[in-house]
Amino acid sequence: MIHSSKAGFMSGRTLRQRFPLLSMIIQRLLLSVVLLFAVSIVIFGGIEALPGDFATTYLGQSATPQAVANIRTELGLNKPVVTRYVEWLGGALTGDFGTSWANRNSVSEQIGGRLGNSLFLAFFAAIISVPLAVGLGMLAVLFRNRLPDRIINIVSLAAISLPEFFVGYLLIVWFAVNTGIATFPATVYDGMPFLDRLSAIALPTATLVLVVIAHMMRMTRAAIINVMSSAYVETAELKGLGGLRIIARHAAPNALAPVINVVALNLAYLVVGVVVVEVVFVYPGIGQYMVDAVSVRDMPVVQACGFIFAAFYIFLNMIADILAIIANPRLRHPR
Amino acid sequence: MPDLLSVRNLKIEATAYPPGEPPRTVTLVDNVSFDLTKGKVLGLIGESGAGKSTIGLAALAYGRGGARIAGGQIGLNGQDILTLGPKEIRGIRGARVCYVAQSAAAAFNPAHRLGEQVIEASLRHRIMSRAEAEKRAVYLFRILGLPEPETFGRRFPHQVSGGQLQRAMTAMALCPNPELIVFDEPTTALDATTQIDVLAAIKHAIEETRTAALYITHDLAVVAQVSDDIMVLRRGRTVECGSVRQIIEMPREEYTRALVNVRQSIRQETADQSDPLLKVEKISARYPNGFEVLHDVSLHLPKGQTLAIVGESGSGKSTLARVITGLLPPSEGRISFNRKELTPALKDRSKDDLRRIQLIYQMADTAMNPRQTVRDIIGRPLTFYYGLRGAVKTARVKELLDQIEMGNGFIDRYPAELSGGQKQRVVIARALAAQPEVILCDEPTSALDPLVAQGILELLMRLQKETAVSYLFITHDIAIVRAIADSVAVMHRGRLVRFGPRSKVLSPPFDDYTDLLLKSVPEMEVGWLERVLEARRMESTGN
Repeated sequence: MIHSSKAGFMSGRTLRQRFPLLSMIIQRLLLSVVLLFAVSIVIFGGIEALPGDFATTYLGQSATPQAVANIRTELGLNKPVVTRYVEWLGGALTGDFGTSWANRNSVSEQIGGRLGNSLFLAFFAAIISVPLAVGLGMLAVLFRNRLPDRIINIVSLAAISLPEFFVGYLLIVWFAVNTGIATFPATVYDGMPFLDRLSAIALPTATLVLVVIAHMMRMTRAAIINVMSSAYVETAELKGLGGLRIIARHAAPNALAPVINVVALNLAYLVVGVVVVEVVFVYPGIGQYMVDAVSVRDMPVVQACGFIFAAFYIFLNMIADILAIIANPRLRHPR
Repeated sequence: MPDLLSVRNLKIEATAYPPGEPPRTVTLVDNVSFDLTKGKVLGLIGESGAGKSTIGLAALAYGRGGARIAGGQIGLNGQDILTLGPKEIRGIRGARVCYVAQSAAAAFNPAHRLGEQVIEASLRHRIMSRAEAEKRAVYLFRILGLPEPETFGRRFPHQVSGGQLQRAMTAMALCPNPELIVFDEPTTALDATTQIDVLAAIKHAIEETRTAALYITHDLAVVAQVSDDIMVLRRGRTVECGSVRQIIEMPREEYTRALVNVRQSIRQETADQSDPLLKVEKISARYPNGFEVLHDVSLHLPKGQTLAIVGESGSGKSTLARVITGLLPPSEGRISFNRKELTPALKDRSKDDLRRIQLIYQMADTAMNPRQTVRDIIGRPLTFYYGLRGAVKTARVKELLDQIEMGNGFIDRYPAELSGGQKQRVVIARALAAQPEVILCDEPTSALDPLVAQGILELLMRLQKETAVSYLFITHDIAIVRAIADSVAVMHRGRLVRFGPRSKVLSPPFDDYTDLLLKSVPEMEVGWLERVLEARRMESTGN
């Protein structure tokens, strides 16, 4: 270890040693692509393995063998699995997820609007919850084991312990029914004015914030406390710096990596895990769309949603990985 | 005029939580008083647990790990800082009193550039403007002899060496122009050749800026070079206090005398080297990444003798031990034992070959399973190599405990219940249990206090006399080499610089590296540092 740093000694330094940061980032990118490919196989194979058949469900009482065969031919289900997978993947990579079996519309078009709604909701939930969680985490460290720390802990734990639909209904009862300061349902439509949209999503956003904040806050607190016992924090203390400055400037930068990972997981949840919240608030997001598609066995839609969710998860985690790598000064500034 | 720092009847306590017992209060520092005038340096010296760091930190009204100041006064320019509120104390720390930690590598924040960290306290306390602070930082980098002082501050801590970090830490302490600096073992973690440079830089900077300092160390020879006065501490109490010359040349107390006389020669060397037990021939070794750590090393070790391997960190001395044990098979060369060639890789060696070579490590702490008792730790090789069980095993463990001068009462203790010296003894007993022919000792005493280390060395020598075991003793400490070695190998950057009987290796004519190494070891003598620096200056002007 000591030796490899003495650059002059090394005769043939590999690319990896010369550009550690770049090579690690490229490695993560390649890994993500491989992962996405693997996920596509799992999704396609999983749906293939599902019991039940669209044609029989669709035709109901009138499912004669001839009619079923006709529909299967029409949907291309008589082709071999591999051919169908390759066709589907080829389309998916160019943004074409085929047509819905239920209503013969383009899946991509339908998803487009829904995904936009979901991202809109997730974005506002994220810009409120992430700074709030990190800030509260720092405050909890500053007042460690004292009253503010306990209050922050108890409230956030309570919020995460309640099921999200319950939190949602509570908020509806208090703010929409009893006091009437918020609107319900949170239905949005195309061409709705921006401010109306904001007020429509107020309650679902609040629900999501309450659900995700505890996890990020507690991770921030734990990661910073872990760093607080290190010698450089003592150095900062012996420089006579104030508590908040020590936490924000000397402890937090070294606690970034675990916090970034938890934030990424929660952001991914905000995009792909909001099904329940969307249903409770009748919000036309992608989660609700997927639930509807599952109930009628509209496989192209289910596949597309699954693939997009997986892509989001992988993308956000990759970004988190890369940010965590960049946060390490040893990799950012090699010797 | 009051003294700059005036400590009266200082008492510091902490709460201990011994396993299985109710918490109790322990006194770390008891009734310590001293004065320090402006521009002077007071050395605090003692073994670990003497309370010297605790006293140093108390000058900043800080208690590490739950230590609390229970009584007494600490006057800074006549004002008792123990009566101040948290905000006023913050105003003193980093502004009027600064601290230099033992491990600068850990004490610098890895996330920020050195320059920013050096000037931070000056800016936050509004002592100077950013431009002034940056100018002062460059000035300090220059007088501390750091490379490229103009741009040094732009580097991150991991981009500079340990010795440079220690100097940067000194610059950080000097930057706000404090009245007092507390140096807490600033050179202990450094190699001898680096230590002398840092020591000279610190001394020069103290003289240049006329700051007063508390200099904490366990090494009397080091403190003799930088201090005006010395206070000897033991178990939280003052042993004696006096000028450097008086303490070194006329110590009044028995304990001080023991510190001054530590590591005088323990034994004469055995000259006969004709019959080697362990023979290392033309060994080269590489790390998996292709970097060559050892190059063409040949040496040998006769039965019942001690071969000391000296060198700085990174010289390859521990790697040599790893090669001999088979943990890192060599890329070239051979090792023979009892005239028989030894299989290079550990996993291919026979149980009996494994038994013959045992290891003692620097950190006894990490070499023992904290959840095993002394009985299990020492008993393990007895079962593994000799199949001993039950009462026979217990009897043998007790025998070994006797050999390492620890009573049977220790047999059911856990490592956490032992002192540093006792832990090292248990590790030695574990090595002895295998009845080895060679024990590789990797800096077994460098983490111990001088007097405890002395005890371990004496134990090792006695065991050698009784069992005719050979030692390959890895160390960076020339004094130990002088005290115990029969033959000496000097290593530098993976190569063997010098090898032979002790008397030959340690006497002139020297090669350049051995010369530098020997001259860098502080001697227990006032004015040694000046003499060495003067000699260096003469040499460089002579060239």
